[in-house]
Amino acid sequence: MQYTIQVNGKAQGLDADPQMPLLWVLRDLLDLKGTKFGCGKSFCGACTVHLNGVPTRSCITPISAVGYASVTTIEAIAATPTGRAVQNAWLAVDVVQCGYCQAGQIMSASALLAKNPKPTDGDIDQAMSGNICRCATYSRIRAAIKQAAGLPTVDSRDKFL
Amino acid sequence: MMRNADSYASRRAFLRASLTVGGGLLLDFSIPAARAFALGDSTAPAALNAFVQISSAGIVTIISKNPEIGQGIKTMLPMLIAEELDVDWSSVRIEQAVSDPARYGLQFAGGSRATPLNWDPLRRVGAAARQMLVSAAAQTWSVPAAECETQSGKVIHPRTKRSLSYGHLAAKAASILPPDLASLPLKDPKDFRIIGKSQPGVDSPLVVTGKPLFGIDVTVPGMLYAVFVKSPVFGGNAVSANLDAIKAQRGIRDAFIVRGGGPFNGLGSGVAIVASNWWLANKARDLLEVVWEEGATAAQSSEGFAKQALALSAQPPAAKVASEGDVTQALAASAKQLQAAYSYPFLSHATLEPQNCTAHVRDGKVEIWAPTQNPDAGRKIVAKTLGLSDADITIHMIRCGGGFGRRLMNDYMVEAAWISKQIGAPVKLLWNRQDDVQHDFYRPAGFHFFKAGLDGAGKLQAFRDHFVSFGEGGKAASSADMGANEFPAKFVANLELGMSLMPLGVPTGPLRAPGSNGLAFVFQSFIDEIAHAAGLDPLQYRIGLLGERRVVGAFDSGRMIDVLTLVGEKSAWGKRSPAKGSGMGVAFYYSHLGYFAEVVHATVDAGGRVTVDKVWVAADVGSQIINPTGAENQVQGAALDGIGEALGQAITLNNGRVVQSNFDDFPLLRMNQAPPVEVHFLKTDHPPTGLGEPALPPVIPALCNAIFAATGVRIRSLPIDPKLLG
Repeated sequence: MQYTIQVNGKAQGLDADPQMPLLWVLRDLLDLKGTKFGCGKSFCGACTVHLNGVPTRSCITPISAVGYASVTTIEAIAATPTGRAVQNAWLAVDVVQCGYCQAGQIMSASALLAKNPKPTDGDIDQAMSGNICRCATYSRIRAAIKQAAGLPTVDSRDKFL
Repeated sequence: MMRNADSYASRRAFLRASLTVGGGLLLDFSIPAARAFALGDSTAPAALNAFVQISSAGIVTIISKNPEIGQGIKTMLPMLIAEELDVDWSSVRIEQAVSDPARYGLQFAGGSRATPLNWDPLRRVGAAARQMLVSAAAQTWSVPAAECETQSGKVIHPRTKRSLSYGHLAAKAASILPPDLASLPLKDPKDFRIIGKSQPGVDSPLVVTGKPLFGIDVTVPGMLYAVFVKSPVFGGNAVSANLDAIKAQRGIRDAFIVRGGGPFNGLGSGVAIVASNWWLANKARDLLEVVWEEGATAAQSSEGFAKQALALSAQPPAAKVASEGDVTQALAASAKQLQAAYSYPFLSHATLEPQNCTAHVRDGKVEIWAPTQNPDAGRKIVAKTLGLSDADITIHMIRCGGGFGRRLMNDYMVEAAWISKQIGAPVKLLWNRQDDVQHDFYRPAGFHFFKAGLDGAGKLQAFRDHFVSFGEGGKAASSADMGANEFPAKFVANLELGMSLMPLGVPTGPLRAPGSNGLAFVFQSFIDEIAHAAGLDPLQYRIGLLGERRVVGAFDSGRMIDVLTLVGEKSAWGKRSPAKGSGMGVAFYYSHLGYFAEVVHATVDAGGRVTVDKVWVAADVGSQIINPTGAENQVQGAALDGIGEALGQAITLNNGRVVQSNFDDFPLLRMNQAPPVEVHFLKTDHPPTGLGEPALPPVIPALCNAIFAATGVRIRSLPIDPKLLG
C-alpha cells in the first residue's frame, strides 16, 4: 500500500504493508533511527513518538492507523521549546547511562510538560512509568523533568532529607 | 630526517597494558611508537601513541579502548589520559577504538575491572605523550626539558616566558622516542583538573537528539535483515521447516535451516529468515512451522529443580568449599539453633536493546558491527565457526544498549556472520524480545540450606550452608559457584560451606555482580535472622561479626566496618521510629574489590505490596572517584537494579522452555517504583576500584531485612511474594 504520512513537518511517501508498525516505517523505511525497538508490545516505551502531540507507542501503531496525524520523533523534538528544554536538562543533569531508552523518555517527558508545565512527583510517576530505563536512571530523569520545568529538583517523595 | 622503512616498522608496535597471570599489571614499555609524520603526511594528526593524536590545530583526539555499555567508560578512560597529558577536557575529542588487542591491550566490559586495570597504565599513556611534547619544545628552544612545564595544551618555559601549543609541537613530538613508562612521574592528585571533576557522558548530546549510535542503528549499503529462530528447548535442533511457504512471503529473500551444533556461545541450530526489512522477516515467523528435535533437557523445570535441591539437602554436600572447626559439635553445644532454606530464581539480563549484530562476509574476510562486551572472544568464535583466522575478522565495537553481562557472550555475532556468509550479502540480525528473554545466559538459580548456632550471649558459634547449585562433573556452571571466603567464612570459629550440583542443560552466565547477586541475598538475610535471634541490633551485630580490623585474603574487614558505620550515620540507623508497616534493613557485601553497606527503608501495605521509600549507600572504592557524576549514576542504577530483581523478576523453566517472554511477565523496575538513592563515598588510601557492579548485591538483603523489620515476615525466596506479606 502507498501511504503519505507527516513526519517531523514533512510529507513522506512510502510503500508498506498496512500492518507495518510506525516504528519500523520510521527506522527502516525512513531511516530515522532515533526511535528505538525494545519489546514490540508497548510495554517499555522505547518507541515513543508523538502523534499530534500525544505520546504514542509506535511499535503497536500500524502505518494504516497514522492517517493525517502529525508524527514527531526524537530527531525533531528540539523544534518545540519544551522538547529543547527537556534535551538540555537531560544533558545538564547527565541522565544518560546506556542511553537506549532515553529518546522514548524524552518524548514522554516533552509531552508531559507540554500539557502540564509544572508537574508534581505524582504527575511524573503517572506520565513516565510506561517508559522503562533498564539502567534505572529514574532519579535523574525525575530531576531533569523538573529542571526543564523550572522547578526545584528535590524529590518530594524523599521523607528522609 | 631520513627514516628507513625497517626501523620505522620496528617502532610500530604499540603501548600495551595487559594482565599477568597473577592479576598484576604488566606494562609493555618497550615500543610505543610514533607514527606517520615522517612519512610526509602533514595533514593527518600526529599520533604520539596508540591512544593520543594531536592535530596541528591543537585538536586532541583520545582513543577510548573499551566497549561502552552504559557504564560511562568511553568518557572515563580518556579522562585518565587527558589529565596527565595536561590538556583542557573541552579540547578533547574522543573516538571509540576498534577491537585490536595487540594495539590497545585488553578490551572488554566486565567484572568492574576497567578502573583497577587502567587507573595507572592509562595515566602513564597520557604522561608519556606529555613528556614527548615537552621534549619537542625543549629541543626547539635548546633548553633542558626539566625547565619546561605544561598547562592546558601548551608547553611553557617560564624562565624565558616562551610557550608553544601542543598542536605546534605534535609532529615533532611524534618522532621522539617514547619515554620509559615505569619511571614517568605522575601528577599529585591534589593537582588533578579533570579526574575527580564530573564530566558528562561524551555521547549524551547524540543520545538526546536521537542520532544513530547503537548496534541496532547500524546500516551498511546493500544490507538485508534477518531473524534467527532457535529451538525453545535449549540445544534443540531444527529438523525441517516449511521454508518454501516462508520464502513465498512478500519481501522474504531467503529462509534456511542452520544445523549449528556449536556451543551455547557459538552457532546453535535454527531457522534463518532474511528479508528486505526486519519487520517482514519477523512477521514471517507467524507462518513458520519447524520440526524440532528437542533433546535431553525437554523435561526440565524450575519446580523439578527445587524438589531435587530439597532432596539433595538431606544428604551431605557433595563437595566441601570451606571447613573450620567442628560445626556439628558446636551446633549441639549452642544455646540457640537456627535453620532456614533460601532460594533465588534464574534471571535474564534483559538489555533494553535486544541482541543484534551486523555482519558482512566477503572474500574470506568478515566485517562485524556489534554491541559486544567482549569483542575478541567474538572474533575467535566467529573465526572458528567460519573456518577463518582471527586476522580475517574486523570488529567495530558499537555502543551497547545495556550489557549487564549478556554481551560477554557473542552468540548473536556468530549467527549474523553465518547468515551473511550463506546469503552472500551484508546482514543485520536482530532478535525480538521473546528471543532475547528465552535465549539468554541466565543468572543461575540457587538453593541454600543454612544452620547456625548461638551461645547464650548471642555470639555466632557455628554456621553451615549447603548450597545446591548447578554443574556437572564437580564443576559449577558459569556463575553458579561459591568461594571459600564467602562471609562469614574466616569470621566464625566453626563453619562449613558445602555444595552439591545438579546437572543443567540451560546456558548460564554472569549477570551484573555474578555470584554475589544471589549469595549476598541469602547470606546477609540469614545473618539478619541470626542478629534478631540474638536480640541484638542488626547493624551492630554485623560490626561485631567483623570483629577486629584485619585483612583476610583480599578482604579488609576494617574497610567494611567503616562503610557500615557511615551508612548507619547517614540513614540515622536506630534513631528513627518507622511507622507501622514500615521498617529499615541493613546489609553489606564485598565484591569487585568494592566495600558496600546499604540501608533500605520500606513500607508494606495491607495487601502485601512493597514500597521502597529510600536507599542509603556507603561505599569504599578507594582513594579517588574518577568521574563523580558517572560514579553516582552507576551506584544508583545498580541499587535500583537489585530492587527490580527482588520485587518481581524470575525466569522459570517448564518442559525445558523459558516461560517468560517479555516485560509483562519479566517486569523491570519502573519510575513509580524507584526510590531515591543517597550515595556516600568514603575515600580511603587504596587504589581506585570499579563501580558497575558492587552496589547491587547488598541492596537485595537490605530490602528483605527491611521487610522483616516492617512485618515480621522473613523473605527467604525471591522474587518477593506479596501474598506472604498481605
